[in-house]
This record gives sequence, C-alpha cells and structure tokens, in this order.
Amino acid sequence: MKHNLYIVIVGCGRLGSDLANRLSNVGHSVVVIDRNETTFEDLSPGFSGFRVMGDATQVSILKEAKLKLADVFFATTHEDNVNLMVAQIAQKIFNVPHVLARVFDPKREQVFTKLGVDTICPTSVAAEMFLMAVASRAARGGKQP
Amino acid sequence: MKVIIVGSGKTLYFLCRNFNAKGYEVVIINRNREECVQMARQLSATVVCGDGSDSAILQDAGATEADALLAITPNDQDNLIICQLASLQFRVPRAVALANDPDNTEIFEKLGVSAFSTTQIVGSLIEQSASLEQITNFLSVGQGRVNVTEILLDAGSPVAGKHLKEIDLPENALVAVVIRDNRPIVPRGGQQLLADDRVVLITLPENHGPVLKVFTGER
Repeated sequence: MKHNLYIVIVGCGRLGSDLANRLSNVGHSVVVIDRNETTFEDLSPGFSGFRVMGDATQVSILKEAKLKLADVFFATTHEDNVNLMVAQIAQKIFNVPHVLARVFDPKREQVFTKLGVDTICPTSVAAEMFLMAVASRAARGGKQP
Repeated sequence: MKVIIVGSGKTLYFLCRNFNAKGYEVVIINRNREECVQMARQLSATVVCGDGSDSAILQDAGATEADALLAITPNDQDNLIICQLASLQFRVPRAVALANDPDNTEIFEKLGVSAFSTTQIVGSLIEQSASLEQITNFLSVGQGRVNVTEILLDAGSPVAGKHLKEIDLPENALVAVVIRDNRPIVPRGGQQLLADDRVVLITLPENHGPVLKVFTGER
C-alpha cells in the first residue's frame, strides 16, 4: 500500500472499528461514519482519524466525509442494502478507486458482482473454511479408533 | 398489467386500490406478517410476506412476468436494491423507487434506477399554487419531468388580446388547450387569447417559471 491513503469506512461495528484502528495505526488517514455515536467508543485511544456521525445513505453525510478525495472505501454496516447502496455511490458518483462492500447474503453477492461492485461475503468465506477443515480431517483418515 | 408494490402503510393501500380500480393485477411484498394479514383481508391483491430485496421473494411474487415494480418502503437503500434486482435479475421493464431523501432522486437516476421524491412533488405543488393564485390546477406527469398547468388570464395579463403566434414562448413549452366559456379549443397560431380564458400549458420544470411569467406578467 501507498504510504498515506485516505480511507473512508462506513459502519463502526466490530469489523469497521477494527479496520479503522489498524489502518490508522499504520499511518493512514481514516474517516469512520456511523449513525450511532456510541459505536465510536470501540475506536482505540490511538485512533487519529475523524468520526462522522450520520446516515451514510444521505449524500450530504458522504460529502461531509470528503468522499471525493478518498483512495479507499469500505462499507461494513450490518445491512447488506446499505452497504451495496453506499458502495455504488462511492464507486460511480464519487469515483473512489478501491471500493469494497461486506454482504452477508451470498445470493446478493452474485447480483452485485454483475453491477461491478466488489464484495466480501463473510458467510461464504466461513463456509469455505469449515468445509476445508472437514476435508483436511477426512484426508488425515477421519476419526481415530 | 401486473404491478408489484413493495412497501407498507396508507400510500400502498390507496395505490393498490387505485390500481385495482384500473383492473391491474397487484402483488404486494411486505416484511411485517401482521400487516400482510390485514392487507390480504382489505385488498384484492396477492400478498407475499418477506424481504423485497431477496430474490427468492421477488421470484415468489412473480417478478419475471411483472410489467412494473414500485418500491416505496421508508428506506432508500432497500428501494434502490429492490429496483436494481428487479431490472437486473428479473428484467422488469419498469422499476421505480421512492427516494425518501430528495437528494437521492438524482443519485438513483445516476445508478440507473428511475426515482421520484414525494417531498419534491408536494413541495413544488405548494410553491406553484401559493405563488400564483390564478393557477387553478397543476399536475406533473412523466415522473415529474413535465408540468401541466392551468391558468386564468386576467385583464392585466400581457398576452390578453394577443394571437398565439405573437407570443414569445421559451423553448419546450406549449399552449395545449384554451378553455373559453367552458368550451375547450385546441389552438393554432392564429388563435387569439382573451381575458377570462383559461389556458392549459405544458412546460418542463426548468422553464416553468419563465413560461408562467409570459402569461401572468411580472411577479
């Protein structure tokens, strides 16, 4: 990664705050957006970025976070539709070069890949890892007598 | 004509009744089970209980055969995704989203989804009728892109007594009908306008103000 990136993260839950803390620690400029102010308590004391309180589905909030200048955009809220909407706005209207959205529902992931939005589906990732664990166990010969 | 409406509340109820009266087949998608039971009792529509942004639910609602889909939930993100799914996956010819936040109308259009905002429509309606009392009727068609306005010409109107061809109208505006003594006339260039005529104008939102000024004078 380039030394100092401008990164906007929507959603300051477990995933959003963890990403924000780590990226801020390695020297990137981070802005976190969440409509619930108490979620900002999950940011570490070392977090040196900005917090924007508000609903990211309102463009005015995205403008406040200076999305136009962003190099990277992550949508990590708990609502798939919010993530997919803001990711499309970031990519197509604010022309952010790297956009990633978290989508829980694997069915939705397929449709939005078609729309050109890059998504990460924790459900599919976890399922894959469970299956791999089972397969490697089976390869080792299954249950020991 | 088969229409799917995703949403809840009174707007949906009256829309559905309206569509039923026109003989359309209506399918409602709503997440709330209780509300679904209520609506199934009150309306002659098929009610599907579930999340409209889930493609399995859209499939159940018969999205593949639908002629139009309206997403009017209180959440803009849901309305956008529902319409994108409908047109992308089910090829619904017309999918229209309600933008609760008026700023989202433009955003949705840029993302390829037709959108309307009740705030904008009601706001402009009030503005237009409050600023000019002579405007007796006003509606917008073509998803708000075309205004139909009826105005009463008073004796002080700058166009009273003029022939239509003498009136300098801005681009994209038309005098559609002149109503004189309750008799409608579809005018040509030689038609003279008189005080007490009621004139029906077709305008676009961008030239609406200037066109009205031509007929009512300074204001």
